[in-house]
Amino acid sequence: MRRLTLFLISFLTWWLLTWPYDFSSGQMDWQSFALGIFAAGLVSLLFVSIFTKSPHKLFILKRYLWFLYYIPVFFYYCVKANLDVVYRVLHPKMPINPGIVKVRTKLKSESAITALCNSITLTPGTLSVDLTDDGYIYIHWINVTSQDTKKATEEIVTKFEKILERIFE
Amino acid sequence: MSSLIGLILMGIGLLFDLFGCIGLVRLPDVYNRLQAATKCVTLGTCFLLSGVMVSEGVSALSVKALVCMIFILIISPTAAHAIARGAHLSGVKLWEGSVCDKYAEDREGKK
Amino acid sequence: MLYNVFFGILLTCSFLCLYRVGRGPTAPDRTVAIDILGIVVVGFCAVLSLMTGKDFYMNVAIAWALLSFIGTLALAKHLAGRGFDE
Repeated sequence: MRRLTLFLISFLTWWLLTWPYDFSSGQMDWQSFALGIFAAGLVSLLFVSIFTKSPHKLFILKRYLWFLYYIPVFFYYCVKANLDVVYRVLHPKMPINPGIVKVRTKLKSESAITALCNSITLTPGTLSVDLTDDGYIYIHWINVTSQDTKKATEEIVTKFEKILERIFE
Repeated sequence: MSSLIGLILMGIGLLFDLFGCIGLVRLPDVYNRLQAATKCVTLGTCFLLSGVMVSEGVSALSVKALVCMIFILIISPTAAHAIARGAHLSGVKLWEGSVCDKYAEDREGKK
Repeated sequence: MLYNVFFGILLTCSFLCLYRVGRGPTAPDRTVAIDILGIVVVGFCAVLSLMTGKDFYMNVAIAWALLSFIGTLALAKHLAGRGFDE
């Protein structure tokens, strides 16, 4: 099961990277196709040990629908973050007030925490620095409004946590 | 029409790139530079690639641009995270105007 | 003509990054600048592939992004492990 899933994913990646199908003439490059099957088979034989432990989660449609909902939310915060940073950079006095705060997350699985940290890094004024085993994340904040763990958690983490819980947990 | 939209998207992306690099030069310490540079340059390059996609239409080039966009959205925050952790562990201090540093406090406590 | 303006902006970005590489007071500053330079080069490749209509520039962009990511991770790992100041 895990091997088959890994084979499908690596073959899809190969397909996207080389793109053997030509749109205008409708012709297929069978040589590249066969090489892709060979390479994906090799990958799925050799590297199955570093693949995810629960591949059945990849086939639940509800997660993908939540992911589609997550994209516009993420895009909105991302553009907001960029305008905020541009304002701080171009302002002649540079109104920054930086510091490292500590927040707590409820998420458990590794992929969820990775996605949360990446989202935090790309959204307004925050950058994840390190995380501990018991669910704390250290965050560099360009404009610290509260040093308390609970308040900082509410302000930074909660808005993504709810959606990411449904996608990855 | 689609090439005009593509050019506008590319222009927005290039402006974000430029502001990110100005932030890289102007801001006072490593962590603030990481903030500005990572956010602005990542989103700027994504806008640039989506502009290329829109003006090219459906072809092998635009599929590759989409793949490149996904790669950049994954790798850029991860690299920023790694550099921030490495910088803090190698002993780079925060800017003197910083408010608090919980990470250094907790590391001192463990020793 | 318009492509020249695009290349000019991207070159300005590259030179700002290079200024930070040369000037940066600590080693992490230089690492950040090299990482950003890698992403700016991806932008270069994208504009170049649109200008010429050849899609192999996009392959160069993907490979460049991945390799610069690996290089940055190696430098960051080195920084975390040894702790050298300049």
